[in-house]
Amino acid sequence: MTPWIFLIPLAGALFLAVYGDRPWAFAANTAFSAATFAAAAMMTAHLLAHGPFAALHDQVFVNPLNAFFADLTAFVTLTTSIFSRAYMRIESHTGRLNPRRLRLYHSMFQMFALTMLIALLTNNIGILWVAMEGATLSTALLVSLYRTPASLEAAWKYFILCGVGIALALFGTIMVYFAAHALVGGQASLLWTNLDRIRAHLDPAIVGVAFAFLLLGYGTKVGLVPVHNWLPDAHAEGPTPISAVLSGLLLNVALYAVVRFKKLADGSLHSRWPNHLMMAFGLLSVLVAAFSLARQRDIKRLFSYSSIEHMGLATFAFGMGGPLANFAALLHMTVHSLTKSSLFFSSGHIAQKTGTQDIDQIGGLLGRNPAMGWALLLGSLAILGMPPFGVFTSEFLILTVTIHKELWALPFLGVGLAVAFAALFGRTQSMVFGETRIPKAPAPPSLWPSFLHLALVLLLGLSIPAILSAWYTAAARLLIH
Amino acid sequence: MPVFAQIINMLAALFLLVAFAMLTQRRIVHLINLYALQGAILAFSIIAVAYGTHQQSLYFSAALNALLKVVVIPMILHRLVRRLRIAWDRESLLRAPTLLLTGLVLNIFAFNTALPIEQLAGTVNRDTFAIALSSVLLSLLMMIVRKTAITQVLGFLSLENGLIFAATSVTYGMPMMIELGIALDVIVGVFILGVFFFHIREEFDSLDLHNLDRLGD
Repeated sequence: MTPWIFLIPLAGALFLAVYGDRPWAFAANTAFSAATFAAAAMMTAHLLAHGPFAALHDQVFVNPLNAFFADLTAFVTLTTSIFSRAYMRIESHTGRLNPRRLRLYHSMFQMFALTMLIALLTNNIGILWVAMEGATLSTALLVSLYRTPASLEAAWKYFILCGVGIALALFGTIMVYFAAHALVGGQASLLWTNLDRIRAHLDPAIVGVAFAFLLLGYGTKVGLVPVHNWLPDAHAEGPTPISAVLSGLLLNVALYAVVRFKKLADGSLHSRWPNHLMMAFGLLSVLVAAFSLARQRDIKRLFSYSSIEHMGLATFAFGMGGPLANFAALLHMTVHSLTKSSLFFSSGHIAQKTGTQDIDQIGGLLGRNPAMGWALLLGSLAILGMPPFGVFTSEFLILTVTIHKELWALPFLGVGLAVAFAALFGRTQSMVFGETRIPKAPAPPSLWPSFLHLALVLLLGLSIPAILSAWYTAAARLLIH
Repeated sequence: MPVFAQIINMLAALFLLVAFAMLTQRRIVHLINLYALQGAILAFSIIAVAYGTHQQSLYFSAALNALLKVVVIPMILHRLVRRLRIAWDRESLLRAPTLLLTGLVLNIFAFNTALPIEQLAGTVNRDTFAIALSSVLLSLLMMIVRKTAITQVLGFLSLENGLIFAATSVTYGMPMMIELGIALDVIVGVFILGVFFFHIREEFDSLDLHNLDRLGD
């Protein structure tokens, strides 16, 4: 049963590599994503009924933590593929994409989903590394899909910087294997299930070096400052559906890898320096991203910097550790993922209809194109942590834990969040209100995936369903015990 | 010390020497040959370890590395260089003597860092871990100071050589499945880079990276 979640996107990637330029390929892409989501749902049903389970000769292990990320990934991939149907069809009609590029796009969209699902569900830290590198490889050519000078530069930076990052992570992975090798031996010393069991006996000297490399390596892919340079370029220059999945999903997968390794380091080191390191990286990301927000002129770059800020916040929360902080960070990753992809959906349509990504040229959306205006306004309010949206709940929880455990960090967080608020709200305001210079869009945009995400974020803000709350608690506990 | 261990140490010394040579070599064709040489040294040292420890799986690993790094990747790169007509790299950021001195400092740092880790390893070739770490750092240095796309890629590939060398020296390499996965990623990566080169060349008429420096923050 479990293999389906990998076989469907793989089949999709192969099938669309051949037929990806047909008129029905847009719908086929959605169909493959829907089937993957169904497979994820079946896997989850099995998990809820029987508890954590291993599959494929122990190479896959499903527990509440990674199943939750896998479900989120499958869900956002599905809604993005629905958005992509409308969006990419317009792109190909306007001649920005030839059939070859369309095949590449559709095939790599599925391949990207596959690599993320493998990275999340695998029980093997070597496969995790291979899949993370695969995620970079499958999206590198998509970032430069339009072949503009800016997009080529973005793709090059993405490829090289993430390549170096991932190489450092490989060094860290080798070190963990080395530490576990003496205790377990052979292939089995790469399995999370074994590593978690023996983490107290791993040699602290080796695990310390390993964690430093892994945090820097996978941290590059999370977009943590100071190794974030590639992120705004890569997320802004590619086609918008790719921006949405890069910001909404890939960052989560990379952070998932970091926190799993942090659990090993916690068990082995008996010292809090991994926590302090993560808190420092997180705080720095929040502050640098917040101050960079004010200088952005491009709507997609604006939201890319906001992703750095929010991933920084989640990293900080994981750094504090403890059940409540972990719970808050997981919730934050969920609501950020949903809200940010929603924002990319709406800004993609806005850029497409107005023909520009320049914030100064977009104005008066609410007057002429109310659906796009509302989607952008509500999305921005949600991402800024306004109640009653879910981001408010998770940020409130993170701040509460900060007051109890790490009071020194509160002023930094406060400044970061306030500056981000002022910058992002100011920018959004100028886009949605005011006089318009742009014509009314010829056809109404299809923004329902965007509103669906916002509705879910609203729901999570109003009250978290009991089953979900229990699930988050179980996942948060897995990061400690 | 058994003969094969001495051979391993000698190969490791050569490995480091090649890493230094790559740092200052400016002719692209020679740089690719140096990369192939480094791959060959890596493969030979894996064979020496396999012979000394009677681990059959290491022979496969050596064959895989030799095929990939001595034959396939250099061949692809040579063809790219011919078709794109690139012969020389631009001046690097630092002059050769400064570069070599910086490399030496990195070396000393690597040897000091590696010392405690080496003592924990139970492998016959554990002394080579420091060399692996040095060559990883030298490759990173190369990527920082070089200015054309293809030299950065060669730096990246030699970084990967250093990592495999490190894995061999502390644990006799990663399990076969993982090595295959890594090899797959590397080969796909090189293909994608080849495609990139043509796109960059088409757009900018050169592979010089100062063209790729427009996106600010």
